[in-house]
Amino acid sequence: MSKNKSEYLINRHDNQYEVVIGLEVHAQVSSQSKLFSTSSTKFGAEPNTQVSLVDAAFPGMLPVINEYCVKQAIKTGIGLKAKINKRSVFDRKNYFYADLPQGYQISQFKDPIVGEGKVILDMPDGQKEVGIERLHLEQDAGKSIHDLDPKNTFVDLNRSGVALMEIVSKPDLRSPDEVNAYIKKLRSIMRYLGTCDGNMQEGSLRADVNVSVRKKGSKDFGTRCEIKNVNSIKFMQMAIEYEANRQVDLIEDGQTIDQETRLFDTKKNETRSMRSKEDAHDYRYFPDPDLLPLEVSDDFIENLKSEIPELPDEKKKRFIEKFKLSPYEANILVSDIETSNYFENVIKKSDVKLATNWIIGELFAALNEKNLEITESPISAGNLSKLINLIKDGTISGKIAKTVFEQMMEGDKDPKKIVEEKGLKQESDPKALEALIVKVIDDNRDKATEYKSGKVKLFGFFVGQVMKVSGGKANPQLVNEILKKKL
Amino acid sequence: MSDITKQSLSQLVENIKSKKLSSSEVTKAFVERSEKSKELNAYITEDYTNALNKAKTFDEKPNLDLKLPGIPMAVKDLFCTKDLRTTAGSKILNNFVPTYESTVTQNIWNEGAILTGKLNCDEFAMGSSNETSFFGNVQNPIDKNLVPGGSSGGSSSAVAAQLTPITIGTDTGGSIRQPASFTGTVGLKPTYGSCSRYGIVAFASSLDQAGPMAQNVKDCALLQEVISTYDEKDSTSIDFKRNEYSKELTKDIKGKKIGIPKEYRVDGMPKEIESLWKKGIEYAKDCGAEIIDISLPHTNYALPTYYIVAPAEASSNLARYDGVKYGFRAEGENLIDMYEKTRSEGFGTEVQRRIMIGTYVLSSGYYDAYYLKAQKVRKLIKNDFDDAFKKVDAILTPSTPSSAFKIGEKTNDPVSMYLNDIFTVPVNLAGLPGISIPAGHDAKGYPLGLQIIGNAFDEQNILNIAYAMEEKINFKNNITDWWIK
Repeated sequence: MSKNKSEYLINRHDNQYEVVIGLEVHAQVSSQSKLFSTSSTKFGAEPNTQVSLVDAAFPGMLPVINEYCVKQAIKTGIGLKAKINKRSVFDRKNYFYADLPQGYQISQFKDPIVGEGKVILDMPDGQKEVGIERLHLEQDAGKSIHDLDPKNTFVDLNRSGVALMEIVSKPDLRSPDEVNAYIKKLRSIMRYLGTCDGNMQEGSLRADVNVSVRKKGSKDFGTRCEIKNVNSIKFMQMAIEYEANRQVDLIEDGQTIDQETRLFDTKKNETRSMRSKEDAHDYRYFPDPDLLPLEVSDDFIENLKSEIPELPDEKKKRFIEKFKLSPYEANILVSDIETSNYFENVIKKSDVKLATNWIIGELFAALNEKNLEITESPISAGNLSKLINLIKDGTISGKIAKTVFEQMMEGDKDPKKIVEEKGLKQESDPKALEALIVKVIDDNRDKATEYKSGKVKLFGFFVGQVMKVSGGKANPQLVNEILKKKL
Repeated sequence: MSDITKQSLSQLVENIKSKKLSSSEVTKAFVERSEKSKELNAYITEDYTNALNKAKTFDEKPNLDLKLPGIPMAVKDLFCTKDLRTTAGSKILNNFVPTYESTVTQNIWNEGAILTGKLNCDEFAMGSSNETSFFGNVQNPIDKNLVPGGSSGGSSSAVAAQLTPITIGTDTGGSIRQPASFTGTVGLKPTYGSCSRYGIVAFASSLDQAGPMAQNVKDCALLQEVISTYDEKDSTSIDFKRNEYSKELTKDIKGKKIGIPKEYRVDGMPKEIESLWKKGIEYAKDCGAEIIDISLPHTNYALPTYYIVAPAEASSNLARYDGVKYGFRAEGENLIDMYEKTRSEGFGTEVQRRIMIGTYVLSSGYYDAYYLKAQKVRKLIKNDFDDAFKKVDAILTPSTPSSAFKIGEKTNDPVSMYLNDIFTVPVNLAGLPGISIPAGHDAKGYPLGLQIIGNAFDEQNILNIAYAMEEKINFKNNITDWWIK
């Protein structure tokens, strides 16, 4: 039995194995143009329409660093609370492939632009710190398309030269759940910073996953396998689960694990050997002589620091302290910059507690049902804020508000208008309510007698009847008060 | 004027500016002479018709304020020229026509010059005799079956034979200065970062530098003035204040301190070279310069260092020639097979040798012992020069350890071929400017050159020294037009 509930262990016979995971995340830098050329980075263009002579490696073409991408990488480094290296070096990683026009990828090997940092994960049983080893800038390759023709491979170079940040974690992750939390947190931080859109469908965020296992309590790392280029969190989790179990089986069987690169087959849900350590490429890294070492000044870094917005961890802290949200609520609301913006817009003019409940409850459920992002919400923050105020000031009841909310979801309608047009305003006139209540008591004489003789449970029945007769509009609080008197 | 092609660039510019000659007359003269000189094999690609048309267009509305008004010029086939085939002397680029222009050639056309064709060179500029070109070896106009030097052998041959009034070459380890020395012409390798590398087929990026090759120092200064510009498209281009080299050219070098490095007295150096050097020292003294003995202690390590750094960079720079995107492709069973066949058939022996050396020295397990160590030594060589330039304004050495050799004489002995660069290579490793000027003849009557090395960005200074010495030396090239039937 594990003492904390989120501990992920693999049990075989009498042995318990811990899984050790490190991630190399490739995050596409949000930028108009590529890392070393002026070609556009826009996703989804016709093949080979966003390719400059530099991207296609024509003779005599030279790379020129895109300063904006450097800024983005440094900002990300700041967001990861990492050391920014004032001097970094671009190296060539040499290998042949049809979609790598230069025959080398420009990357950073020995001297990355960002050094050690950390990411805090909020796990169900508390916080966990994951170390960041480094972040470096590199070029993306093009895309080989093998399935358009039985004999030929087609190459699309639109992606060739697009800036990527490779963010390498320390081997601090211990479960698929932590990997999920880590990727989400990393994505959230970069989206707050505007340095990566985190769009996994478009390949803006993908990861190489390093997995090893060891007997619980052991301090030594086992032999790791690297699962290449996994492009969704779900697949990462599945791949880790499969791979960890595979390794445990091997150990239990008395075999050794080969250090190798593996691929995750999403259809079969298994990892397969791609190449062994012996077959590993010798990339012959060396400093790119076409580029001078990248040097940034303290001022340059300080200026970027001043552009850093409030990040999720700080925002969460502020939400808890200032708005008295629970950590759970705060976590949900800060997880995504768009959500937190929405929330902060709603509470500008309305009650925080109600806003929190309505966003986390009704709104999320409704968006989920329609498969919409918060940015696509049919209900604007302003109108949700109005709705909350209508509840707060007693114009409508919470129940009626749900009806109004449903109508609002059909289009961004002003809740006040809906209430007026449909006559949903709450009845709070004591005289009118009294008349209603008297009538209900008269219509249910027998039950009233029972109530008076001690069957107090029937009070609810009367409330229900009054609400029914009023079409749900009766002010529940007043109904309670008046009913008590009249019965 | 029947002697148009005998005129220097400066004379031609003057005659066109004063309307004594039209661009068409000048262009036609050089085209005709080039056509009669096919035996030299100086050209890889001729563009005569276009050149004559451009000359005609120029003459219709001549802009005589330009520095090279209507001057015809052939350039080394390592410079990408828009819409004109650029081969780098290699089969692998045999069919390659760039859609873009190198910055250096663009600068030349911007000043009014007219492209007449692309000049032969060693394949990817790897060679010291122009014998590695896929398009065959080039004859030195000095004598039949003599190499013109390399890699800018087509350029040196064309200037010496007056097929072009002036030209540009590239120099990675001596590829401008050595062929200049072998052909009795002037060649300047500028400071690294002086001329943009944009659009020049790369050999070794940290060493490659374009430069002028001319009949005399003044012409050389004029072209350097045109080609040297800061270029944002080349990250290693340096934004420094460039002189108007030809205007500021002076023979007054009185009191200049010229260093004589003892380490350049290499073992087995021919007597002729030794005495040429001594004569050079006397000429410099005659010009009023002060001669100072200096030491460049790491000179011995320059050649091995160069032959690690340059192939390492080349092995990576040439990876792009893979048959996928442009250039020659051999069919293969699969991608790897296609690569192997394309590169085996597309690259010549010397290029393959250097790719292999480069790949080896960068390989894991060897990187530290070779590449990293070479980089450290390179720094020491640079430090040697930095120390020397605290004491002297320029350094005088022979350009090459021998005069031009026979075609085929060294093709089976790469190391002996590499030794040709022994005096020029340190200059590239240190990123300094160096100029070779013709200074005498050996017993066979072949030209010999002297090299003047300057501090970084100090082109004006070495051009001045060369200009002053040129007058004292009063070199005459002995060319008989033996190839013209």
